[in-house]
Amino acid sequence: MDEIDFEGWTCPVPIRPTDTVILGHGSGGTLSRDLLNRLFLPELGKAAPRALDDSAVVTMDGQRYAVTTDSHVVSPLFFPGGDIGRLAICGTVNDLAMVGAIPIALTCGFVLEEGLSFELLQRVVRSMEEAAREAGVFIAAGDTKVVQRGGADQIFINTSGIGKIAEGINISGANAKEGDVVIVSGTIGDHGIAVMSAREDLGFETRLESDVAPLNHLVAEMISAGEVRVLRDPTRGGLATSLVEISEQSNVTIEIMEPSLPVKPTVSAACEMLGFDPFYVANEGKLVAFIKENDADKVLEAMKKTKYGGDAAMIGRVIGTGRPQVRLKTAIGGTRLLDMLPGEMLPRIC
Amino acid sequence: MKYIDEYRDPAKVKTLLAEIGKVTTRPWVVMEICGGQTHAFLHHGLDQMLPGGIELVHGPGCPVCVTPLEQIDKALAIASRPDVIFTSYGDMLRVPGSTVDLFTVRAKGGDVRVVYSPLEAVKIAEANPEKQVVFFAIGFETTAPPNAMAVLQASRRGINNFSVLVSHVCVPPAMEAILSSKMNRVQAFLAAGHVCAVMGYHEYAPLVEKYKIPIVVTGFEPVDLLRGVLSAVRQLEAGVAKMENAYERAVTFEGNQPAQKVMNTVFQSVDRKWRGIGTIPQSGLGLRPEFGQFDAEKRFAVGEIVTQESPLCIAGEILQGMKKPPQCVAYGKQCTPQNPLGAPMVSAEGACAAYYKYHRDVANG
Repeated sequence: MDEIDFEGWTCPVPIRPTDTVILGHGSGGTLSRDLLNRLFLPELGKAAPRALDDSAVVTMDGQRYAVTTDSHVVSPLFFPGGDIGRLAICGTVNDLAMVGAIPIALTCGFVLEEGLSFELLQRVVRSMEEAAREAGVFIAAGDTKVVQRGGADQIFINTSGIGKIAEGINISGANAKEGDVVIVSGTIGDHGIAVMSAREDLGFETRLESDVAPLNHLVAEMISAGEVRVLRDPTRGGLATSLVEISEQSNVTIEIMEPSLPVKPTVSAACEMLGFDPFYVANEGKLVAFIKENDADKVLEAMKKTKYGGDAAMIGRVIGTGRPQVRLKTAIGGTRLLDMLPGEMLPRIC
Repeated sequence: MKYIDEYRDPAKVKTLLAEIGKVTTRPWVVMEICGGQTHAFLHHGLDQMLPGGIELVHGPGCPVCVTPLEQIDKALAIASRPDVIFTSYGDMLRVPGSTVDLFTVRAKGGDVRVVYSPLEAVKIAEANPEKQVVFFAIGFETTAPPNAMAVLQASRRGINNFSVLVSHVCVPPAMEAILSSKMNRVQAFLAAGHVCAVMGYHEYAPLVEKYKIPIVVTGFEPVDLLRGVLSAVRQLEAGVAKMENAYERAVTFEGNQPAQKVMNTVFQSVDRKWRGIGTIPQSGLGLRPEFGQFDAEKRFAVGEIVTQESPLCIAGEILQGMKKPPQCVAYGKQCTPQNPLGAPMVSAEGACAAYYKYHRDVANG
């Protein structure tokens, strides 16, 4: 063993791929943000307000409106608890609700792959209608494009939405203040694990259902119960990514208590087996809220009475300003940082 | 979760920490071999709860980190071929080779697929007879048996369009390499529980004997890790060096013999280059000659690819436990998980990634 020179141990300096879009750019984490900051915002964001919330807020004749858009690509199209149609409606309704807006109307654009059956398309459209009815929004306009076989994966759906923000409501990722209580509306990670389990190549069976749901009614109840300062739906990138974004937007330190976090046993078990962390798994029917300290009990109580807030729980609070970070008090009493999802969520080797 | 929660029990953790605090009278340097253990320590915040005198140094047991650059370059060359479906465990996709990573190969049209088991790769080969299906067989003794089983199944079932790009490494030679270094600071080892579940722990006895160093087989949950630390510190304080097993529920002295048999049927010991370390004699596993037809290096004639690694990152010192990630000037600045300068920042089990993810400045905060 004498020939091994430890002081000479080296590590390569690999070249970072910079010229190609990779799947990780769509994962909602830091790679997505890199793409936004490096390419989209310098070209397209010059005139836009840089709040980077789930919806943009525009003012016309003194009235504030929320505007948002979201494209939906999911495989498989139908998964336990939902499908791409319900996802497309709920995604946009929720983005509007996260700035406190009452959704008014949605548009939808379909990109269809040649060869798709009418029966399947009809199932998706019916599901959209049901979700829209539940949310109380109507589809005001639509568009259809068909591409050659292989040009898309069955169906892609874009939905855009507009909503009205009532006077006195001011909800943004930049509004968290010291003392605010952090509440999640229910168990986290259900959607991501449900979709993953539906993929045939995983050989993983569970009765878990996606949480995909419109949250606008829940938000309305919360707003009438107390002062809601921040709302976000932790979709791609999971709860950790949303919390880090909020800590940066508001320039605050957030402390989360791991034992308070509601996670279904099935989700914990799946995450243990696959090497994932529930903090990074996608949700489609959950929100995280920052509530003024004195109002937190009232808001939590109101949430628990709603259809989609039954498992709501206080999970932490804002403990300081001037240092944007998210600290996690672990179940055994340790402390660590929570970071954003770096790129695509990868299963671990062993 | 049954079988997990009891090993994360805050009361048991507290008792063990108190016990470790009680027996520790001097500073000690303990190395956890496995990257999974490094992550577990940091994930639970356990590293900061240990008595100040106990310094944990993070060992070379991250399979992704130690896979040499030239093997990754070979993978990239094979995965770029239009006739190939390249299959791999997930976290190898982000490890950069000399030019790009497997993600980029996929983005540019290569058929690169994540599998959870090498047997899935065999199924893919069976379902795509017109394609060559290659599995990237990396890892320690933990992944070697399933990888060997995949080769064995392909051989038995005559699936000739399947092959493996092998870069297996073994733990004991790496431990010996660390111990034989003049720079070595490690005073006790927490042996990697998963590796020992397969291999048992009889093979560490010569190391304990030769280097008079405590080696404790250790698991991955907080209670397991602390039991490992306690056992190591007790030995150090008593001035003894023994082989102990603190992961009895998974590890036996002999290990999993059917798994070892499959492994030995397909693989044999070979000299192996470790990324950031160099070649360690007889430290890896390669295909036996009778399974040579499943060797992707031969099939695609990439055996000649040799890559020089450029000495700009201190991963070697990190992997040997001489330095901690924050002592690297590039750490967290030029080198982040999105822009890794070295493998330990890439892998979920890499020490630098673990620090970046869980720590950054908790200690200063």
